[in-house]
Amino acid sequence: MAMMNDSMTDNLDSEAPIIRIRDLVFRRGRKTILDGISMDIHRGSIVAFMGPSGAGKTTILRLISGQLRPDEGSVEVNGQLISSMSDRELQHFRRNIGVLLQDGALFTDLTVFENIATPVREHTDLPEPLIRRLVMSKLSAVGLGGIEERMPHELSGGMARRVAFARAVVLDPDIMLYDEPMTGLDPIAVSTIRTLMRETNKALGLTSLIVTHNVTQMQLLVDYCYIIASAKVAGEGRPADLNVSTDPGVDQFMNGKVEGPIPFHYQPPTSRWGLLD
Amino acid sequence: MERFTGPISQAGQCVLFLFRMLAGVRFSGSQVLTVLQQTYLIGARSLVIIMICGFFVGMVLSLQAINALEQFGASDQVSLLVGKSLFRELGPVLTALLFAGRAGTSITAEIGLMKATNQIEAMELMAIDPIQRIALPRFAAGVISVPLLTALFNALAILGSVVFSIGVMDLDAGIFWSKLQTGIYFEQDFLGGLWKSVVFGGTISLIAVYFGYSAKPTGSGVGTATTNTVVLSSVLVLIFDFIMTSFLT
Repeated sequence: MAMMNDSMTDNLDSEAPIIRIRDLVFRRGRKTILDGISMDIHRGSIVAFMGPSGAGKTTILRLISGQLRPDEGSVEVNGQLISSMSDRELQHFRRNIGVLLQDGALFTDLTVFENIATPVREHTDLPEPLIRRLVMSKLSAVGLGGIEERMPHELSGGMARRVAFARAVVLDPDIMLYDEPMTGLDPIAVSTIRTLMRETNKALGLTSLIVTHNVTQMQLLVDYCYIIASAKVAGEGRPADLNVSTDPGVDQFMNGKVEGPIPFHYQPPTSRWGLLD
Repeated sequence: MERFTGPISQAGQCVLFLFRMLAGVRFSGSQVLTVLQQTYLIGARSLVIIMICGFFVGMVLSLQAINALEQFGASDQVSLLVGKSLFRELGPVLTALLFAGRAGTSITAEIGLMKATNQIEAMELMAIDPIQRIALPRFAAGVISVPLLTALFNALAILGSVVFSIGVMDLDAGIFWSKLQTGIYFEQDFLGGLWKSVVFGGTISLIAVYFGYSAKPTGSGVGTATTNTVVLSSVLVLIFDFIMTSFLT
């Protein structure tokens, strides 16, 4: 697997990036969530965003999918500037991205079959027998053939995540965005999802972006990793390089240390605590 | 200042939400199908409560009317009094209040919970407009259901009146029905009340979908939104009732 990762990224370095982010600044009220982030993501790669909770990893995914607009800087996907798209262009653009949200976000009032069929019905005019064949093939690709008539609340966490995965790839997108795809799953389900992500990325020629906290799984899965902390890119590189990094911020995160440049206090203690001094 | 401008901007956003919903009307097969499904879920499932309440409102109205009219020796006018008050006011208003409690709350809670579990976000990311897919069918179902439920409420209330006046109080059935037939006008009384109920249905379901959609995606946020739906839609129903009755009849 490691060999494949290396050869893949080597080949891709020469190509134009599918996602190009330049000097990205995003603020929420007075708080700066992202401050001057730049990155190039190459076609066919699997890239992880890691970092402490609330560091702005999910915000990057939302800026790429066009749910949020940057205050400064640019996000380009396939050469198109996301921030300048109209709502209609954005709708069209989103047909080419698949998203797996935390917990799957299956539609609770629809069966598994209808959940996966929803994007197909919405964006194509395929006849019913073809929709059925497409949905069933995706369902069996995630190893869940035969559960199409079940409701989402009848599924285990891992099964629900796999159904959501099938729904996300049913229209064969170019880019997959995963928001903590492994959180809350048992080790077997984690490995299943990881294998699916890797194999689908290869088979469909996707580019995958993953927000995750799971350092071990990240090392097994991704080609390249960005560590986001305090609104900036604290470190980046291939998982093997990050492991041996001497950068204190990267070392703190990769090894889960309390002490380091990423502070324990959310805000530095102020003089308002004067009574205790 | 926020306390004064807050409700005004909410009202404005609610109206914009209505326009965004109406812009999504397509009359396509799938849209009609979802409207029918929602009409079943929120309309047909409210039938039992509406029918029971209608029946007892008819009985109690007759009881009070007979008590009052007896003093003037006019208890044979009971069907006229019950009919007029029912068709013009009580039918539409009580049905609307019951509908707000039974269906309005469930719409808000359902949409709020969909938001809290990221289903709305997932829909946006699939390039599906959730206002068109989730809000519009529920709104349309409310507009369709409330007048139909009102008509049924009226029918059951008349039945309740018949049971009490004729069955219990031994009034003459012929006089009861003839007073009802000659004294109640289809256009003024029945349709006058029915069109009010269309407005009530629209008001309640608009508030219900809007509050569900704008609820904070937390447990307490959904709870607050559900309470607000009942409170605001009940108050608005009574205010609109007065306005429509005084200016338009």
